Amino acid sequence: MTNHIISIRDYTRRDIDYLLERAGEFDTRTYDRHALEEKLLALLFFEPSTRTRMSFETAMARLGGKSISVDSVEASSIVKGETLADTIRVVSGYADAIVLRHPKEGAARLASEFATVPVINAGDGAGQHPSQTLLDLYTIRQSMPIDGINVGMLGDLRYGRTAHSLAYALSLYGATIHTIAPGGLELPANILHELRERGMEVIQHDDVSDIVAELDVLYVTRIQRERFPDSASYYNVASSYRITPDLLEDVQEHLMVLHPLPRAGEIDSGVDGLPYARYFEQSRNGVPVRMALLHEVMK
Amino acid sequence: MNDEASPVKGLLISPIRSGTVIDHITAGEALNVLKILGITGSTTESLSVATNVASHRMEKKDIVKIENRELRKEEVDRIALIAPQAKINIIREYLVVEKKGVEIPKILRGVVRCPNPGCITNTNEPVESTFEVLEKGLHCLYCDWWIKTDIAGHII
Ligand SMILES: [Zn+2]
Repeated sequence: MTNHIISIRDYTRRDIDYLLERAGEFDTRTYDRHALEEKLLALLFFEPSTRTRMSFETAMARLGGKSISVDSVEASSIVKGETLADTIRVVSGYADAIVLRHPKEGAARLASEFATVPVINAGDGAGQHPSQTLLDLYTIRQSMPIDGINVGMLGDLRYGRTAHSLAYALSLYGATIHTIAPGGLELPANILHELRERGMEVIQHDDVSDIVAELDVLYVTRIQRERFPDSASYYNVASSYRITPDLLEDVQEHLMVLHPLPRAGEIDSGVDGLPYARYFEQSRNGVPVRMALLHEVMK
Repeated sequence: MNDEASPVKGLLISPIRSGTVIDHITAGEALNVLKILGITGSTTESLSVATNVASHRMEKKDIVKIENRELRKEEVDRIALIAPQAKINIIREYLVVEKKGVEIPKILRGVVRCPNPGCITNTNEPVESTFEVLEKGLHCLYCDWWIKTDIAGHII
């Protein structure tokens, strides 16, 4: 039996709390730096994501383990014509765990069926990216209990998998979600339906200034230029979904502005120095969270 | 023999000696039933198909008779997706020897194609499409996509 990490939807609140608890232990200076000394991690990235890859490599190195990796360019030439299933079977013979990033949705689920070692999903297409969600939750929990909070989600909520996955997880904590998305980039109807079925209150807003004063967390996601027919319509939309210091004038003192990064102008750099800006800390939290995951699957 | 157990009367469709009769198919779905069973123009079964037959139970129904083939439980259960009222009669020597309804399976493998073009099951990977059957539709267990309408249109 192996222990895969594929989708946040596979987890109960108890599982998530446990992982966040573990991440907290790795966020101290007292963890065992040799915990994964004998272990080798394979990072298979069929799509570029330097940040996520480095974060897993760092986590592995901090636990004394070693990593081997294939980046997107190598991956596309090495495995030309080979199925992902075969690649996974081969790499299972080398490493003690596999971190997979792949452009197709469901790729990590498939990999878990063929792997003889644990598979950790580091993003599959527009699908799941569970370690991102865990680090988002971890960051929130550093400042406040997650239960019942008001979370604003701003940006591309249609294609933004980090927002979808976070919304599912937050539904386990009785949180309320306020969505603010440009026309055509709203939360997909089936996700909205499922969240409501899970008992979550999801409220749609046209303008972030209508709701920002009530929020505990404002989760901003990137609006991708390629979703728009021309750059004029992109700039039009992008400029009206922009977080500026002015907008944050009357917010709650403990408001946290998060962003999975990289940002593309959604958050004005003037916000960076305000106490609400927590996105760099959020990014840093990827390391203890991934240490917890790696330790969990390979210990 | 009561009416239910006897072969369907009339000129439209004649009794078969051995094989399977699928009766009470939702009117208009007979061809989709054949599709689900993998029966195409190039397979060799001896078939009779009747559509929009008057029925006192359903007003109109379709009937499919397949000679010399007894359907397996998994094949039968797929039919439930498009014809939940269908009744399967296994015939030997003109007699109904077994009679069963259809049951919607919990998991469908290799039956419907995932409509998500980005889904890993739509590539050359050695996996079958896999959907869980829920009240509100079919849910892809790989990519989380939903099929809520026109299930027949997605049958492989
Ligand atoms: Zn799918």
